Amino acid sequence: MDPILEVKDITKYFPGIKALDGVHLCIRPGEVHALIGENGAGKSTLVKILTGVYSITSGQVFLDNRPIEFRNAIEAQEAGIAAIHQEASMFPELSVTENIYMGHHLRNSKTGMIDWKSMKSSTRELLKKMDLAIHPDTLVKNLGVAQRHMVEIAKALSLDARVVIMDEPTSALTLREVEDLYKIVRQLKKAGKAIIFISHKFDEIFEICDYFTVLRDGKYIGEGNVADTTVNNIIRMMVGRSLDQLFPKAEAEVGKRVLEVRGLSQIGYFKDISFTLNQGEILGFFGLVGAGRSELMRTIFGIDPHSAGQVLLDGKPIALTSPKKAMQQGIAFVPEDRQMQGIVLGLSIAKNITLPQIDAVSRAGVLNAGRERSLTEEYGTAMEIRAAGWQVDADTLSGGNQQKVVLAKWLATRPRILILDEPTKGIDVATKAAVHKLVSDLAADGIAVIMVSSELPEVLGMSDRIFVMSEGRITAEFARAEADSDEIMKAATGHSIQQRETNEGEMEAGMMEAVMMEEEKG
Amino acid sequence: MSDLHDLQNRKTGLVQGSRLVDESSLRERLILLFTKWEVLLSLLFVFEIVLFTNLSPYFFDYFNLMNAAFTFSEKAVMALPMIFIIMSGDIDISVASIISLASFAMGNAAAGGADGAVLVLIGLAVGLGAGMFNGFFVTRLGMPAIAVTLATQSLFRGISQAVLEDQAYTKYPESFSFFGQGYIGNTVIPFELLIFAVLALLMGFILHKTTYGRKVYAIGNSKEAARFSGIAVDRIRFINFALNGLFSGIAAVMLTSRIGSTRPNIALGWDMEVITLVVLGGVSISGGKGTLPGVVVAILLLGYLKFGMGLMNYSAKVMVITTGILLLVAVLIPNFLDMVKANRKLKMQQALNP
Amino acid sequence: MHTNRTAAVKNILRKREVSLLVLIGVLLLAVTLRAPGFATGQNASRIINDTSILIMVSIGQFFVILAGGIDLSVGSIIAFSGMAASMLNQAQPGIPAFVVLLVGTVIGVLLGMLNGTLVAFGKVPAIITTLGTMSIFRGMTFVLSKGQWVTAHEMTQSYMNLPHGNFLGVSNLIWWGVLVSAVMLTLSSYTKSGREIYAIGGNRTAAKFVGVSEKKIQFMIFTISGLLSGLSGVMWTARYAAAVNETASGFELQTVAACVIGGVSIAGGSGAIPGVILGALFLGIINNALPVINLSPFYQMFIQGFIVLFAMLINTLSARHNEKMLLNRRRQ
Repeated sequence: MDPILEVKDITKYFPGIKALDGVHLCIRPGEVHALIGENGAGKSTLVKILTGVYSITSGQVFLDNRPIEFRNAIEAQEAGIAAIHQEASMFPELSVTENIYMGHHLRNSKTGMIDWKSMKSSTRELLKKMDLAIHPDTLVKNLGVAQRHMVEIAKALSLDARVVIMDEPTSALTLREVEDLYKIVRQLKKAGKAIIFISHKFDEIFEICDYFTVLRDGKYIGEGNVADTTVNNIIRMMVGRSLDQLFPKAEAEVGKRVLEVRGLSQIGYFKDISFTLNQGEILGFFGLVGAGRSELMRTIFGIDPHSAGQVLLDGKPIALTSPKKAMQQGIAFVPEDRQMQGIVLGLSIAKNITLPQIDAVSRAGVLNAGRERSLTEEYGTAMEIRAAGWQVDADTLSGGNQQKVVLAKWLATRPRILILDEPTKGIDVATKAAVHKLVSDLAADGIAVIMVSSELPEVLGMSDRIFVMSEGRITAEFARAEADSDEIMKAATGHSIQQRETNEGEMEAGMMEAVMMEEEKG
Repeated sequence: MSDLHDLQNRKTGLVQGSRLVDESSLRERLILLFTKWEVLLSLLFVFEIVLFTNLSPYFFDYFNLMNAAFTFSEKAVMALPMIFIIMSGDIDISVASIISLASFAMGNAAAGGADGAVLVLIGLAVGLGAGMFNGFFVTRLGMPAIAVTLATQSLFRGISQAVLEDQAYTKYPESFSFFGQGYIGNTVIPFELLIFAVLALLMGFILHKTTYGRKVYAIGNSKEAARFSGIAVDRIRFINFALNGLFSGIAAVMLTSRIGSTRPNIALGWDMEVITLVVLGGVSISGGKGTLPGVVVAILLLGYLKFGMGLMNYSAKVMVITTGILLLVAVLIPNFLDMVKANRKLKMQQALNP
Repeated sequence: MHTNRTAAVKNILRKREVSLLVLIGVLLLAVTLRAPGFATGQNASRIINDTSILIMVSIGQFFVILAGGIDLSVGSIIAFSGMAASMLNQAQPGIPAFVVLLVGTVIGVLLGMLNGTLVAFGKVPAIITTLGTMSIFRGMTFVLSKGQWVTAHEMTQSYMNLPHGNFLGVSNLIWWGVLVSAVMLTLSSYTKSGREIYAIGGNRTAAKFVGVSEKKIQFMIFTISGLLSGLSGVMWTARYAAAVNETASGFELQTVAACVIGGVSIAGGSGAIPGVILGALFLGIINNALPVINLSPFYQMFIQGFIVLFAMLINTLSARHNEKMLLNRRRQ
């Protein structure tokens, strides 16, 4: 069959980065096409080019065999390409109807005025078709994470697009919701639409996709029928080598207990979290996006408050009031969002490395240039940061080097407990391996490590014990030897339906306020 | 295995490629953002001196030049903490109203018979209190700085207006007049200029040589990343607002002492002028970039521009227009340079990787 | 079904408008208790008349705040366009009043476009742009008038009739207020561009994904704000039969106040015109009530500053409360 959409030899530059380099992609009607690659492989950039958000540097896009270039998102929409973006792309203060129709409001053909009535009734129909019990007038800020995601999908459907791009559509969905999504995908397929399906999860790819294309480091690696390939094959194409090299976990002796978390809760984010952490141990935290893992770590580091429970260090309770207190107790935290939280982009490498202990490298509040320099050199060199000098601003570095700066700045505080939130997100494979090696070495040196990750192979490869979180609770714990990917995924996604029912019971008993809100919203 | 080797080689290549970019961008940054902006301002200042010296015989005169400092010292003092405010991504458009409130408080106390030293203390305390009031709403309640200080702009001046109506305090004790009118010893150097010089050295030291200053830069670049690095972001922002109030209090003492009277509309419109000084000095309005010496040059540049224009008989209103235009141009030029730089970087990169 | 009904009712009667109406009722009652003559029909029409200009300019301010900006230059645009129109009227009394009105409005549009250009294309933040142009436009007013005033006897009757005349027993100025409100309400609720302002203020990135042009919207809102300020400038000078250099000085705070009281989020993305109109009326009643309850007009500035701060405090605390409730419901 003739392709609807074809991408030939596309290259895209950003200042300082070559994001795409000679990429091919061929999309046919009635086909679910998996776009596969690690974080940072260039998938999101490609999606943004196909939806008119970015322009291309060189190469061509063909629609129905005719060359085309989208100058903005509207042109892509009009050409029949719709995307469900990975980032939160909703308007929380606006209604479901308007979120679906923003950018292509239905208008009265005579007056040109917005036709709210038709938009609402089409929205109602659309939601009904998707089996969603959401009122079209509900403000999006009042919806849960999964509901928001389904509205995003409804939005793409409302465009009646010929090509629907789904960028990690299941990362925040429970098993039942994933089933609903598959149903929708199959409907679309039957109607002759083409679907570009971006996912990290191999079971999904093998369940729903027909064809695949693999990208790596912004380059086209290969393509083929899903039925004719294996998981190992795809992994090899994705990472360029096999798994055991990527996760070099060395055996480390597990020492005495350093940290104990008891019944820690934060309303709306996580509840009743308990676990222990020992010297030289790596604890993996796995779960869906929005399961509450990052929020839990932020609370332990003293950034966010908690509503109940306590944290004990060496058996003594500690106050979780500020990151500074946490640092003084020997806790270090490498956050998930490197560019926003991990690093100060406008400051130099040296200033970034010394920032967490700027008070320690100074005397009576006055900076000590010598001490700053020696600290920077020691840890910057140890981390093998590649740059023209320590005075180079962090925003000119590659993602991998930026992550090395973040690690250097926290290792320089000589932590006893190191919390890593998605430490290899969006960095290249070589640096990724270096980070894994480093974490393994640190554990061998007796540092206790908590590693939050959404990449199952990473969690499986690196952890001594694995905790799985779902909807704010720990739903399973596995020792390294007994960890099984199916069981882990089940704990991360499937547990929730039963869980939710008991929760609602508790809530009605205790919380009048919440019930009142529930009524108001319906 | 050869695959892996290949991959690593390519990575090294990429890193080297980006190092080229790093070096040139470092040089560009140094040239464009730091050296050049201040050098440009200084050159402009020299040009201005030469120009006015040629235009007016009264301009280049030691006594006149020193005396002109009376006209900008108060605003110059206010610009110092405003650097910290803007540097950390906030803004304060209530500083002129803080002057009105502090001056009103001093006038009121003077009418009750307070002497010079007490008046100074009252002026500083009211300024500090007003600044803390702003800081509380911005950092404790998380309200936007622009909205809070727009409201307190009316609130603070509104207090002095409500009480003073269309009257004025004009009786100040003799002991109070030195702060705004005095000279150092037997020289013709205004005491106001000395206050500014001392405070500028102090604030410059804090901004560039202490951990406090480093934290302000970090916050201005990214509040979030600063917080994750263990910096008490809101405490520092609060102190910034408190300092801003305190320095407005100092300026209120200087101004009230200099003109010897307090009306509710005292220092009206100074908010814009003070912010202009800071932005013209090269402090980025989006936070995180700039230096104190740059602002000092901007203070001299603008101060003597007004003095010169005054000698040429331009009206005060023309100067207000000029200041407004300078504010906009000072933001437009770096924005324009940034756009050019980004374009050039992209082109260079394409040339490097054909 | 219960769901549909409550959500629909909620949409028609947004909470903020209802509570503002109640608040205005209480305020009227309180003032009337102290001064029985206050709540008469005649006085009511006087207050609405007085508030019409505030309503018009506040609606312009609303659009700018909705998109996440602020326009501090509205007072200066009013002064400049009002002065220019009055001087034209004084110099050329033969020119029909509505042409003078048009000229004043076009001047406002041009000044607004200048703001819009600086923000949208020069990437100068709205606060800095309008802080600068506030001074520039005010200075231009002085330069234009050479410090002189235009007073009642130098204006033509037809010029002063622009706001003072009446139609069906209601003053022209109120009709202008109603017309502007109706047009702008339509713009904000029933046009694509209107909804795109909400999109920009609510989520810039998401707006880009659905093809909303931020530059176009920013240019548009400052132009609208300029247009309404220009129109109001003419109305202002004609209503008070005087064009002075200090006209509408400090007026920007009142317009921001009307928005904030009306429930517009100062961070952008939420709010609606009915709330802004009620917010303006609330302020209008307070301004008119001051002399009635024997408070000197010199208190006006203080009271306005206080009200803005208080209204923002309420908005902030209620937003926090809502967030907490949402969290409580989300997962426990």
